[in-house]
Amino acid sequence: MSAGVPLSWYLILSAVLFSLGIAGFLLRRNVITVFMSIELMLNAVNLTFITFSYELKQVNGHIFSFFVMVVAAAEAAVGLAIILTVFKNRSTLNIDDVSSMKN
Amino acid sequence: MDVILFLIFAAIAVVCGFNVVVQSHPISSAISLIGVMGSLAVLYLLLSAEFLAAAQVIVYAGAIMVLFVFVIMLLNAGAEIRRGRALLAQVLGIPLLFTFLGLMAYFAKNMFPGASDVRFGAFKHGTALDVGRALFTQYLLPFEVVSVLILIAILGAVVLAQKEME
Repeated sequence: MSAGVPLSWYLILSAVLFSLGIAGFLLRRNVITVFMSIELMLNAVNLTFITFSYELKQVNGHIFSFFVMVVAAAEAAVGLAIILTVFKNRSTLNIDDVSSMKN
Repeated sequence: MDVILFLIFAAIAVVCGFNVVVQSHPISSAISLIGVMGSLAVLYLLLSAEFLAAAQVIVYAGAIMVLFVFVIMLLNAGAEIRRGRALLAQVLGIPLLFTFLGLMAYFAKNMFPGASDVRFGAFKHGTALDVGRALFTQYLLPFEVVSVLILIAILGAVVLAQKEME
């Protein structure tokens, strides 16, 4: 029997990926990269769900993770459509230049 | 074997995740994000979540990232212009981020002392059969609601992205 991986390693990996997502979200200026950082955070959360699903020997975490994926897909579709519209109106992808609600 | 596989793919995920944040061109970030998602799919397999590993590759690395790459190509997004970061972000943001990471790691390490180690194949209920059974019995209502959500998202995306009629 080979040695197993401690549960906390998976959780720490998830925390690292989540922190990288936060860093990208806060430090980047390109709206598409900011959006990808959100996807990175969602992925990190999914990993936590699946890790706990394994630990508790239940399938419920997988279901939650599945729903997170579905919502992420919906969010990506709407978010990228909004980015397209903003780019059409302002011709910029820099979030500092899109700081006001009105034109 | 489990440990080696975990370390390899965790390292790929962290390096690619770091690359997502530091690359200045969005397309490089997108490719790195695909790397993160692919290695996470392998980690899901190690956690015996077969169905979600497949869904991760197909939905995330396939569909969502194609959408991202498509929009980057469509908008012809160039490299980000480097500007000085706000002082607040440097002085407060980065130490707070490390504090957050340290706290998360500390809790992850100490909150579950009785947790068993993760071994490949010890949990056998991550197949499409088990996930599907839970999805269509216990979670039927959320499943239907989320399908309506997807429909609304499609309509919203079409309405938002359509050309205005002159």
